[in-house]
Amino acid sequence: MVPDATFTSYYGRPIVKPSPWTGDIPAYLFLGGLAGGSSLLGAGADLTGRPVLRRSARLTALGAISGSFYALVHDLGRPARFHHMLRVAKASSPMSVGTWILTAYGPMAGLAAVSEVSAHLPRRVRNSTLGRRLPLAGRSAGLVAAALGPAVASYTAVLIGDTATPTWHAARRDLPFLFVASAAAAAGGAGLILSPTEQSAPARRMAIAGAAADLVASHTMESDMGVTAEPLHLGRPGALLKAAKALNGAGALLAALGGVRGIGRRRAVSAAGGACLVAGSVCTRFGIFSAGQHSARDPRYTVVPQRERVERERRAVPAG
Amino acid sequence: MTSTTPRTTRTSSNPAAELGYDQPPPRKGFFTDTSICIGCKACEVACKEWNMVPEDGLELSGMSYDNTQGLGASTWRHVAFIEQPKTLAGQDTNLQHEGVDVLALAGGQATSPAPSTREQVDLGMPGTVLPGTEAGAGSATPFRWLMESDVCKHCTHAACLDVCPTGALFRTEFGTVVVQDDVCNGCGYCVPACPYGVIEKREGPSGNDAVGLAQKCTLCYDRLKGDLEPACAKACPTKSIQFGDLDELRDRAQVRVDQLVAAGETSARLYGHDPDDGVGGTGAMFLLLDEPEVYGLPPDPVVTTRDLPEMWRRAALAAATMLAAGIAVFAGRGDR
Repeated sequence: MVPDATFTSYYGRPIVKPSPWTGDIPAYLFLGGLAGGSSLLGAGADLTGRPVLRRSARLTALGAISGSFYALVHDLGRPARFHHMLRVAKASSPMSVGTWILTAYGPMAGLAAVSEVSAHLPRRVRNSTLGRRLPLAGRSAGLVAAALGPAVASYTAVLIGDTATPTWHAARRDLPFLFVASAAAAAGGAGLILSPTEQSAPARRMAIAGAAADLVASHTMESDMGVTAEPLHLGRPGALLKAAKALNGAGALLAALGGVRGIGRRRAVSAAGGACLVAGSVCTRFGIFSAGQHSARDPRYTVVPQRERVERERRAVPAG
Repeated sequence: MTSTTPRTTRTSSNPAAELGYDQPPPRKGFFTDTSICIGCKACEVACKEWNMVPEDGLELSGMSYDNTQGLGASTWRHVAFIEQPKTLAGQDTNLQHEGVDVLALAGGQATSPAPSTREQVDLGMPGTVLPGTEAGAGSATPFRWLMESDVCKHCTHAACLDVCPTGALFRTEFGTVVVQDDVCNGCGYCVPACPYGVIEKREGPSGNDAVGLAQKCTLCYDRLKGDLEPACAKACPTKSIQFGDLDELRDRAQVRVDQLVAAGETSARLYGHDPDDGVGGTGAMFLLLDEPEVYGLPPDPVVTTRDLPEMWRRAALAAATMLAAGIAVFAGRGDR
């Protein structure tokens, strides 16, 4: 359907308000995805005997979730009141649900990462009752974190989809798939940077699959968004999302190349691919965030889709 | 949605009763009849004074007489001014005076407009002909002002309240939606959730009153508690802003819109009165004389949480896919 070129507004002023969120929130979207994906990689590496991949993924998960927690608190109007989030649990509020997911996930990711120190502890501590149980505790915590990781990565799509921000709300069906794909690409990419070639095959597969799924999901998403897809191609969000596509494409190619036996400098090629994918994921999150903010500032994206809906319903129910 | 058609006098759902308030008072609300708004902004001032809402920028917008520009953290009533090249339907300005002897009328020599037999007299004023009759004069330009005092809609299904993660936003016993300043932590989620762009996080030097917190109209919760009408309705000199029990206001609004349509103002329509609209009807409804978007209102607002179950299903499916992929990448031996 060709969108209506003309629409009325009150002196061009926005109808809905853009979120008051700053760069903290897209950073939070990215870091949550990186953490969730890394916990999956960490648990898999743990169960399949890839110690370097396990260690790097667990530490990445802890670092990322700590960063995302910082961003979440820092963005509040009253950071000292963060704990007010914990006075209720509301299914109708994705931020409340997300807070509880993070509350469950964070300590598990933390314990899995902390268990990595066990090998470096003095023998006396390592052989103490607690010390001997640390690796098993790390494994269990890592598995719980891996089970929760995909929720950490996907709920953020509901967080921004559940708004009146035209582009975010219109993207709601496919946004969770785009976000988990982007999370997988970032976590796989980080795994390629931080682990040696002989242990990084799963990270490589996750990275390539994530990048490919990201490209497919963003294409599917845009195809049924109508006029609200426009901000995804204009200005700053357009540039960011274009960069994301280029970085994902290049990253996937380099990651695949790094997996080919017999070529030289495989680790360096893989790491370069991984870096592209991590950067691509950052661009995806900032691009989607920025497109939503843009769509809220222009009344066109609020009025035109609503008018189209009214027209559709009017035609579906003939008068009289 | 807006409509001028059939009369549907319905009893609104009472969200306070549904939430478990024990025998709550009838749901309260506003009916803002924009057809009699004179744009005096007494509502804006009264709201600011009673609620101690701070000044929020003294700037000239360059658009009509509206320098307030829109609802926000420190503007809980906002008067919109729309200058249109349209005539008010059914309105006759009675400015065709060719046949009226005004001097005779003033001297009490005539009791009713009668065709004049006198010659026109030059009174020494600039111009010797009646306005609009001089050579080269254009035809009358259609023109009207629309004025509308906007406010929080106090939706039946309120997105701000649904998405609030702290419980700071709550439904009062009057069916209104209010922020508790001592609970809000300023996450800002309610701001993009509102389909009308009403609620906003207050900016300013930290430490100042409510800075960093979500702010909006409380429908003067404190005054309601004391059996007083909200400050804006109290101050309104034309009763454009009417306060009362929502069911009664809805009937009153319907009577008024029927009256206007019968008088020829066919563009009159109600906004927010329909319990079947996307937000379940609003606690603050309006009589408008043009499309809602002309006033900066969304034409077909929908509470975003209506789609939330579907969103959770899609997110769960995406998460399951990611989990499966996470297992699959370890399944093949590959090159380790």
